[in-house]
Amino acid sequence: MAVLDIITYPDARLKQVAEEVTSFDSALSEFIHNLDETMVAGPGGVGIAATQVGVMQRIVIVDVSNYPRIKKAKHHGHLILINPEILDWQGMKKGREGCMSVPDFTGNVIRAENIVISALDENGNQHEYEMEGFEARAVQHEIDHLDGLLFLDRLVSRRNDLFKRKK
Amino acid sequence: MSESKRKWYMVTLIGKDRKSIVSHVTAALYEGGGNLGETSMMRLGGTFSIMMMVEFPGRKKELQDALSTVTDSMDLHLHIDQIDAKLHEHKIPDVRISVYGADRAGIVSKVTTVLAEAGLNILDLESDVAGDKEKPLYIMHIEGEATEGVKALESALQIVKEEDGVDAELVEIDTLIG
Ligand SMILES: [Zn+2]
Repeated sequence: MAVLDIITYPDARLKQVAEEVTSFDSALSEFIHNLDETMVAGPGGVGIAATQVGVMQRIVIVDVSNYPRIKKAKHHGHLILINPEILDWQGMKKGREGCMSVPDFTGNVIRAENIVISALDENGNQHEYEMEGFEARAVQHEIDHLDGLLFLDRLVSRRNDLFKRKK
Repeated sequence: MSESKRKWYMVTLIGKDRKSIVSHVTAALYEGGGNLGETSMMRLGGTFSIMMMVEFPGRKKELQDALSTVTDSMDLHLHIDQIDAKLHEHKIPDVRISVYGADRAGIVSKVTTVLAEAGLNILDLESDVAGDKEKPLYIMHIEGEATEGVKALESALQIVKEEDGVDAELVEIDTLIG
């Protein structure tokens, strides 16, 4: 077990597309264990993508269960998402994001409010999840990492969106 | 050089909005050996305003000289203060407050006063006037820290809504660090 080094922008790997995972072996489970430790040790602790430690594979961990005020909301707890895919999405919401790979900066980003995703678990079994709000935001942020996208690519100004209200 | 040895200035430039102010000003700074930190540049009414942190190796007078050609040719008013940079110390806001209503005297003062009393530390405030000449609409947008909790701010906003007939909305910000 080990906490891995987080790579930070402008490391070129953060702008590259990660490869699909094809072998579900002990090396994978060891890596996932280390990635999890790294996420927990980080400043956010709610999500991490393999590419953030320089491993160019489509692996994401999300766990919003310990985030203050989110605890009681609907979520799936600790999730290992391998080769994740967004199947459907609905609604748009602005929220503030930062990134372990972009220290000392936060900004507003528009994300889908509800998403349906499919992903494999660490044993290669396929699952489908419906998620909303903060958890959906975290998953979209991490899947972006697998596609070489940072929240900086999606920043919006806080001007001019005052009247976008909840329906 | 360490942060403490580097000289930082807050440079304010204001003038009638015209083409290419930003590119001319930043080119003059770059050619004069200046380096930008955090900046804010925007058109307010017909005026363009620039506020920027500038790292510059020389004294205030020399920075003034480096900008004199552009301030003269573009008719910009210049103000410079030496500052303590404090870069890389961003505070993360935990509330976003929107206030809007018919334009009326003293609304910013009223709102910010009650919110300050309720513990709001403003990190960012922008306000705008929409509508038209006959029916101007005032819009204010604040991001800040609720140092005494969100409930206190909500109660304060309730008072402003009732007493001043404006609409206001407070949203807690959950910042995702992923
Ligand atoms: Zn990130």
